[in-house]
Amino acid sequence: MMQARAWWLVWAGVLGALALTVLGVCVGSTGFENLLGPLWNPGLDPDQTAMAHQILWEIRLPRTLGAWAAGALLGLAGAVAQGLFRNPLADPYLLGSASGASLGVALALAALGGGAGMLGGANLLHGAVAVSVFSSSVWVRIGLTGAAFLGAVVAVLLTLVLSRGVGHTLRLLLAGVVVGVVLGATTHLVLLFSPDSLQAMQAFMLGSTAFVGWTSCALMAGVWVVCVVASWLLARVLDGLSLGDATAVSLGLPLGPMRAALVAVVALATGTAVAQTGLIAFVGLAAPHLVRSVVRTTHGHLMLLSSLVGGVLLMAADTLARGLLAPQELPVGVLTAVLGGGYLLWLMHRGQTHAGGRI
Amino acid sequence: MTQTPLAIKNIALQADSVWATLGNGTAKTAVLQGVSLDIAAGQWTSIVGPNGAGKSTLLKCLAGVLPHQGQVNLLGRPLHSVPHRERARTLAWLGQNEASADDLTVWDVAMLGRLPHQAWLAAPSAQDRSAVETALRATQAWEWRCRTLGQLSGGERQRVLLARALAVQAQVLLMDEPLANLDPPHQADWLAVVQSLVAKGVTVVSVLHEISMALHADSLVVMAQGQVRHQGSTQNVATHEALVQVFDRRIAIYSIEGQWVALPRNDHYVASY
Repeated sequence: MMQARAWWLVWAGVLGALALTVLGVCVGSTGFENLLGPLWNPGLDPDQTAMAHQILWEIRLPRTLGAWAAGALLGLAGAVAQGLFRNPLADPYLLGSASGASLGVALALAALGGGAGMLGGANLLHGAVAVSVFSSSVWVRIGLTGAAFLGAVVAVLLTLVLSRGVGHTLRLLLAGVVVGVVLGATTHLVLLFSPDSLQAMQAFMLGSTAFVGWTSCALMAGVWVVCVVASWLLARVLDGLSLGDATAVSLGLPLGPMRAALVAVVALATGTAVAQTGLIAFVGLAAPHLVRSVVRTTHGHLMLLSSLVGGVLLMAADTLARGLLAPQELPVGVLTAVLGGGYLLWLMHRGQTHAGGRI
Repeated sequence: MTQTPLAIKNIALQADSVWATLGNGTAKTAVLQGVSLDIAAGQWTSIVGPNGAGKSTLLKCLAGVLPHQGQVNLLGRPLHSVPHRERARTLAWLGQNEASADDLTVWDVAMLGRLPHQAWLAAPSAQDRSAVETALRATQAWEWRCRTLGQLSGGERQRVLLARALAVQAQVLLMDEPLANLDPPHQADWLAVVQSLVAKGVTVVSVLHEISMALHADSLVVMAQGQVRHQGSTQNVATHEALVQVFDRRIAIYSIEGQWVALPRNDHYVASY
């Protein structure tokens, strides 16, 4: 049974996403502009209607929905990671996926030549999405998205090898940190030798939804469905794990395979989101906390609610990033870091002042 | 109190030269050093001994939640050959300091005990619900079923975790320090629950620091330094003697109103302090 407050959160998430979709397609490089008006009255000015249609359908709508999908993936991955590590400070990038994706992109930029990264980075990201995830042998040709996803997956695998499997959570955490540091250093080394790619790299590191097209959207939506189903299937494992490993074993849960499946969900969700939108900070960390501050519930509901909240958070941040300093666009990752960091600080402060409140 | 003679008819659990180590690398300690014992079915056995004797480790090995050398048999079958879920239905284990699932409600936690009975993703059946209700009522935790674990005190939480173990309705129930943080009235409730389980034929094994409570059991396993020093009826003088010995003769066992009671003796050491 789901508590009333959880339903409130579901409705807030769904309605918030709908409202932000409408708002999101109206905010662009010129600030707020009513594109929906010309669409409703096509007879008024056919040229304007056609342009509005093009902007809305080819740029704004996919990127707005893409922001939701990426946020939803990160929110889900954050909730799974926090349950898996039994640590409220766990973040979906902990397994090394972020640094792996960065290295993948840095290598691809260096291989393609800095020029490609400088100017064509956007186009490459945009154009390479369709096939990237399904091909691994020809990743150089398929571009940055494929490189980012591959990098993320390889980094997670490396973490798993270093931690000698998923049996020991603390070892997994430490291995993730080590992989993050080493791959981060390697990325900087690669950039040192191809200084031309620095600017494109920076765009990736700060995160952006600018290059999300319909293919990216479809890909993220597909992965989201897979991850939601998988995490719903594994939710009870996380509930059992919250009583400790030994108790979970005593309840007959095969911990090894199930932990591996949970790691796979985190890796797939973050890898996909990072590959499409770059490194977007704090959404994965803040979304589960926001849910917990409203309702305390089982992991099944927590994961779904975190996903809804994550989607709305990134949509809101993306709309703000576009509109706040228009025509200049802020990197959305900077905005999520500021908003998410501030929110966590406020939660901590509230936890201290309210007796019994915990972060 | 059942006055069953210690003629062991059916064996619920059997350990055959079990070795277990804790720690890793150079800091490994052999906590269990070749423990062999039989635990009678349908009886209450308490494991007692000084700190560091290996009681909890032994219980974990018997529950199959700690890797070990040697063999453990559950109802005549090697434990490792029993499928996970079947083992979980047959044997329930209540650990010490279980990680706190602060966000889960009391009801959700107790319902986790029904996991081994439920098909994957299946909603709780009427039987699951009644088992959880019975367990929560037995530990007087029913009133707070909608509260989260984070809102409970240590003793209240312990009663919920106890209910979680009871909800499994297993044939064999292993409990590690089940009385931790419980006040005397709830210790008495626990005693009543154990006695009614044993009356129904359930095998109960408990690790207890409260020696007087342990002396309510049918039989005692006395441990020290990773080994079983003695196993016998709680009514037996030899058992009492073994118990006094592993505690360096610093406890004494008295009979008060027909019940054995262990009290600490500090007469040896008062002078030196």
